[in-house]
Amino acid sequence: MPGQSSVGWIDIVVILAYLLATGYLGWLGYRGTRSAADFLVGGRSAHPIIMAVSYGATFISTAAIVGFGGVAGLFGMSLLWLTFLNIGVGILIAFIVFGEPTRRLGHHLGAHTFPELLGLRYQSRGIQIFAGALIFLFMPLYSAAVMTGGSIFAATQFGIDFEVALLIFALITAAYVIPGGLKAVMYTDTFQGFIMVIAMIILLVVTYSSLGGVTEAHRYLTDMADMVPAPLAQMGHQGWTAMPAFGWGAPTYDLWWTVITAIILGVGIGVLAQPQLIVRFMTVRSRRELDRAVPIGAVFIMLMTGTPFLVGSLSNAWFAQHGPILNGKVVQEISAEKGRALVELMKKDDSGAWTPILNPKTQAPATAALIVSERTPAQDASGAPFELVGGRSVAVTYVKGDPDKIIPVFIASAMPHWFGVIFFLALLAAAMSTMSSQFHTIGTAAGRDLYERIGNKGQAREPSLLVMRLAIVVGLLIAVTISYMVRQEYIIARFTAIFFGLCAASFLPAYIGGLFSRRVTKAGALASMTVGLAVSLFWLLLVKAKEASAIGLVQLVTGGKTSLLADYPNWPSVDPIVIALPAAVLTLILVSALTRPPAAEHLNRCFPER
Amino acid sequence: MLGIDDPFVLFAYLGIIALAILSLIYGLARRNAARDDVTPEDRQWAIEEKKVDDEF
Repeated sequence: MPGQSSVGWIDIVVILAYLLATGYLGWLGYRGTRSAADFLVGGRSAHPIIMAVSYGATFISTAAIVGFGGVAGLFGMSLLWLTFLNIGVGILIAFIVFGEPTRRLGHHLGAHTFPELLGLRYQSRGIQIFAGALIFLFMPLYSAAVMTGGSIFAATQFGIDFEVALLIFALITAAYVIPGGLKAVMYTDTFQGFIMVIAMIILLVVTYSSLGGVTEAHRYLTDMADMVPAPLAQMGHQGWTAMPAFGWGAPTYDLWWTVITAIILGVGIGVLAQPQLIVRFMTVRSRRELDRAVPIGAVFIMLMTGTPFLVGSLSNAWFAQHGPILNGKVVQEISAEKGRALVELMKKDDSGAWTPILNPKTQAPATAALIVSERTPAQDASGAPFELVGGRSVAVTYVKGDPDKIIPVFIASAMPHWFGVIFFLALLAAAMSTMSSQFHTIGTAAGRDLYERIGNKGQAREPSLLVMRLAIVVGLLIAVTISYMVRQEYIIARFTAIFFGLCAASFLPAYIGGLFSRRVTKAGALASMTVGLAVSLFWLLLVKAKEASAIGLVQLVTGGKTSLLADYPNWPSVDPIVIALPAAVLTLILVSALTRPPAAEHLNRCFPER
Repeated sequence: MLGIDDPFVLFAYLGIIALAILSLIYGLARRNAARDDVTPEDRQWAIEEKKVDDEF
């Protein structure tokens, strides 16, 4: 069903109009005030809407909309907790608690990148290099998530191959980030943010109205709990409007630990330690500007993450009511009263006989829960008579088990084609604003934090723009390669969660300590960052089953198991952040307590207000 | 309520709206509460930032 769409001339006109408008705004911006720094240099204030939407557009990308929206289509509305954290932590706590201290500390110390902020705060070249290296090495993973999300959507919307979409996406990104799109042209970001807002409002309203209203849509989805695919039900899936089953010590609780620790906590907390977002606080003029940006930021994030998570979940109800008819043979009745049955899916072969559709992973006949609407006599390939049933199923059936396709396929199926083009532009905007800051961060990490700090016998080198540009090209190539090579279950959300979790465990304790404590020491910060990173990597390589088994090292170590703790239920589903972040916090406290505090003179420079 | 039976999911659904409203109230209440001074240090920082950006 997806992929029948094609690129029409109206699509091309709309896309060109958008690109021209973006280019024009960018050009206007380049002529005058364009970046946050320009506002500050001019002593003027950026409008709070511009500040908040620009921040939000950096934060939100195709990873959130396509990747996490798809995860919501699979796991349901428990994902709304991530939106709750995105607003509560990503906006309220970040802006109110972290924004002003970060801005002040950055300006007192003259820091322009996040690694530089940490390095200057702790008077440590090693810390700056460590943080710069971590960003340079792992940020491409997050960029790959954004790129995969955009490419899957484009492939579905315009009916082209994923590889072709990825190539086009990579070329657009290269054209945008390599020559000059790196500057945070705030007007362009804001324009793109508005397109995203409009697209999300239309999507939310149309989805709810096509399902009969808010309560009716939710009620219908709640009543679909008996259609949860068996493998998910065995992990604790209790329906798309219910939390997964909570507990410890049995495989039926795996989903709770996956959703809460890996999907929600990793990203929900990890946002505080995102280098490209932290730097944004330093470009703010004053505390007042931060305060004024809070409401707009909160509403923006609510729409940008809440809408895809709701629509992803509700897509199950939409497909069950309006999806194309699927056919097959009843394997087991689920509810005769509601007309629901587990069906072995079948299709007509060239000779007109009904043959089973095979699951590409298991090569066994594919089954799905169907709301049966028609029953007719038919014959299978051997000529044996059977009752052929027809009906509709849940979202994951229509995307052949790939949750990353749920949002793109839903939009291609449920929305008018013109909206698909608008939504594609919104996604393109979201991807470009995020990737622009990602690659800017990769470039500065390589140029400013690594190249300038390493070598020359400890003396700082002259800045090298060539190194920065090379780093961006290398980062882009790595991201494209990852997108091309790795196509697994909800990989967009997983890549994002891995990067956010790594940043949280490695940076968050040292960052918070650096902002709010005079007692945290250089040794404490470095030890905390090392422990956070080491524990995270150990867990990803050897314990967290999904990632560890994909990398393959754990099979070599254990002789074929997918986790060192494969025999202990739930442990292989627990995200590294649950272990690594507390370990890093503890290390920071203990090592700082045992080492000499920083010099009073340096602390007075960091915190002259106190 | 609202067709969602699980109280934890309902809490998240309504909590999102409540947080957005709280943010609106915060922004309105504090819109002029904090100081809005640009110090010479702030301006110097921005000049350096702009220099790096322009070179880039």
